[in-house]
Amino acid sequence: MNLDFSDDQKFLQEEARKFLEKENSLLRNRKVLENQSHFDQELWTKIVMLGWTGIRIPEEYDGLGLGHLELCVIAEELGRFLAPVPFSSSVYLFTEAIIKYGSEEMKKDLLPRLVSGDVIGTLAVTEDLFAPSKDNIKLSCESGKINGKKIAVPDASIATHALVVAKSEKGICLQVADLSHEGVSIEHQENIDESRGHFSITFDGVDTQAIGDEISGWDIYESIINQAAVLFSYEQIGGSQASLDMAVNYAKERYAFGRPIGSYQAIKHKLADMYIALTLAKSNCYYAAWALSTDSADLPSASATARVSAIKAYQLCSQENIQTHGGNGFTWEYDCHMFYRRSKLLSLNLGSLSNWREKLVTSLEQSNIN
Amino acid sequence: MDFNDTKEEAKFRKKCRDWLEKNATYKEDSTPQNDDFANKDKMKAAKAWQKKKYDAGWAMLHWPKEYGGIGASSMERIIWANEEAKFDVPKGIFEIGLGMCGPVMMEYASEEQKERYLPPMAEGKEIWCQLFSEPSAGSDVAGLRSKAVQKGDKWIINGQKVWTSGAHFSDYGILVVRHDPDLEKHKGMTFFFVDMKSPGIEVKPIKQITGGSSFNEVYFTDVEIPDSQRLGEIGDGWKVAITTLMNERLAVGDAGGADVEDAFRWAKTQDNLGEPLLNNKAARESIADWYCEKSGLKNTKLRTMSALSRGDTPGPEASITKIVSAGKLQNIGNFGIDSLDMAGMLRTDNNDVKGFQNAWLGAPGMRIAGGTDEILRNIIAERVLGLPQDPRADKGVAFKDIPSGNS
Repeated sequence: MNLDFSDDQKFLQEEARKFLEKENSLLRNRKVLENQSHFDQELWTKIVMLGWTGIRIPEEYDGLGLGHLELCVIAEELGRFLAPVPFSSSVYLFTEAIIKYGSEEMKKDLLPRLVSGDVIGTLAVTEDLFAPSKDNIKLSCESGKINGKKIAVPDASIATHALVVAKSEKGICLQVADLSHEGVSIEHQENIDESRGHFSITFDGVDTQAIGDEISGWDIYESIINQAAVLFSYEQIGGSQASLDMAVNYAKERYAFGRPIGSYQAIKHKLADMYIALTLAKSNCYYAAWALSTDSADLPSASATARVSAIKAYQLCSQENIQTHGGNGFTWEYDCHMFYRRSKLLSLNLGSLSNWREKLVTSLEQSNIN
Repeated sequence: MDFNDTKEEAKFRKKCRDWLEKNATYKEDSTPQNDDFANKDKMKAAKAWQKKKYDAGWAMLHWPKEYGGIGASSMERIIWANEEAKFDVPKGIFEIGLGMCGPVMMEYASEEQKERYLPPMAEGKEIWCQLFSEPSAGSDVAGLRSKAVQKGDKWIINGQKVWTSGAHFSDYGILVVRHDPDLEKHKGMTFFFVDMKSPGIEVKPIKQITGGSSFNEVYFTDVEIPDSQRLGEIGDGWKVAITTLMNERLAVGDAGGADVEDAFRWAKTQDNLGEPLLNNKAARESIADWYCEKSGLKNTKLRTMSALSRGDTPGPEASITKIVSAGKLQNIGNFGIDSLDMAGMLRTDNNDVKGFQNAWLGAPGMRIAGGTDEILRNIIAERVLGLPQDPRADKGVAFKDIPSGNS
């Protein structure tokens, strides 16, 4: 029985934490948010130099050839420090898709450049103000040429490539688009966490390459999402822990009616509830990390379980952190709102809480839990 | 990461399983058994099973050999418990004695007493109970008022205990009482063990909201206890009690009963306005949340076991177990009963419905026993998160001067 990370993985996590602390990641996040600069180029360059973009990429494509567990510990730290970089889009989604489903040619072309940072990827799926599904995708694909518009695409201003969910004559397909193509136009869309820019992308007759065949696009998309959900969950528990730590520290230092507010049960019980939600999420993340790293048949239910509990934990921890801080928590000056924003961004990027609960129950129906 | 036993663990698990297969049968379903030990046959069966385990060395396997154990590690204890749980065997009756009274006796009793009392406790020949709570001392158990007055080499006990599980069939009990109300609250207590057949002890069962009676009121009228049955020094009662309470919090684990699998199976076939209940979005969302709680607790347990398997001290994460499982039990009970609409009022022969109704009726008790939800949140806040204690009105004054309302 060993549901824990190895000493090497813990060491990597410790190094990641020290690096992001030293780099003042939280302050960098605030600057990106205030300047609407969408991402922090300098921090991203340093992350690329540390090799994190190539953690999972096999050595034959210039990567480090490590496993998903190494990626999980990095994700937790990126989440804790709100790193304003396109890591989730490019690594958890785009790179993982190429590793798992890309053709050999595609891997040779893209993976070494993903390691070096010359290629940055993202995922474009949403088209309207509701959840995308295989029945409502309109962006068309004919012989690899795509036409249509995607919205709420994270990190598109820094991305060089996008994975695009499209509709072909036969079904849903998944296409890799080079965003430097002349038929691509990208426009910034204001969003609730400007520390990570979101954009619309219009494709006007853009040539793309398919991942998988013309009909299995939605299944591949689902499989990529199920994998990424585990990594997003790790960012979410990192952020939850940071929010809880902030609230605990504040409750110890802030006095009201002659004593620390943390000595009042109303505050204690709130913070205990945050700890409970975080512990449940964290334990579910451990199991999902195992399922991801071993490509277990349990992955769909394990990732949905981690995802649902991580969304709930981060939502609770980030909002109750503001509440614990009182009026200060509502100011722009305190960091509380940055976690509140990021918790919402991470919970929506792969689809909402309600739809993940639905995915979880569907996976239970399929695996028949009793 | 892996879920495999180490070589030694696998060997030990096989040993457990081989013995269990020879001596018991596998459970057929997960329906919790009715542990009504007022029923003489059940008590007999429970004692027989405990004796069988004792003779083979499985009864208290972590205890030293001289008291009937085999000196097993924490991990081996867990493996044994995992394996035993798969078999249809009586349980529940010896847990308080073995889980709470045993460790205190082990730490504070004389060598002679340990040799006299521990083996029959492990063997199931003598049953023990714990006499702590009082009518005006529940969550604040240190507020207890039962009196002990020293008279020569004896102590005379007067007062009342309450919520004593199994007092009606126990042979011995551990007892904490106040020997000096002029001292500060936590300094005026002393700890004993007592023969439950002593003159002056009267046990009255408490009827619970479930209709059953697993708890009792225990009255003490001039009960004599020899000083040799004092555990710890005079005035050390609270220190000794804390040892027991720590063990209680470990012993009170999951709130058993209807769980997410039951809600899920039920929702697949139960009609809801012409459709299976499982088609209802609210039902699906609830099931998803309970599944996350259940697997969160299961995986938390696995993390704790991983630490034990490595020989490390587990983190504080197991402190969430009872609070999460008891709340879930109550919610699932509500869900199942409500799904019957107006007919949910009725007691029926349907086992699922019984399970939901039992969950609903029993859950309020689970949210209180072994530390209320509120006390457990305080413990998490103070011991895990390091938040300061509330200012208290009961420190630095004589016990008799502490405000006590009308109780």
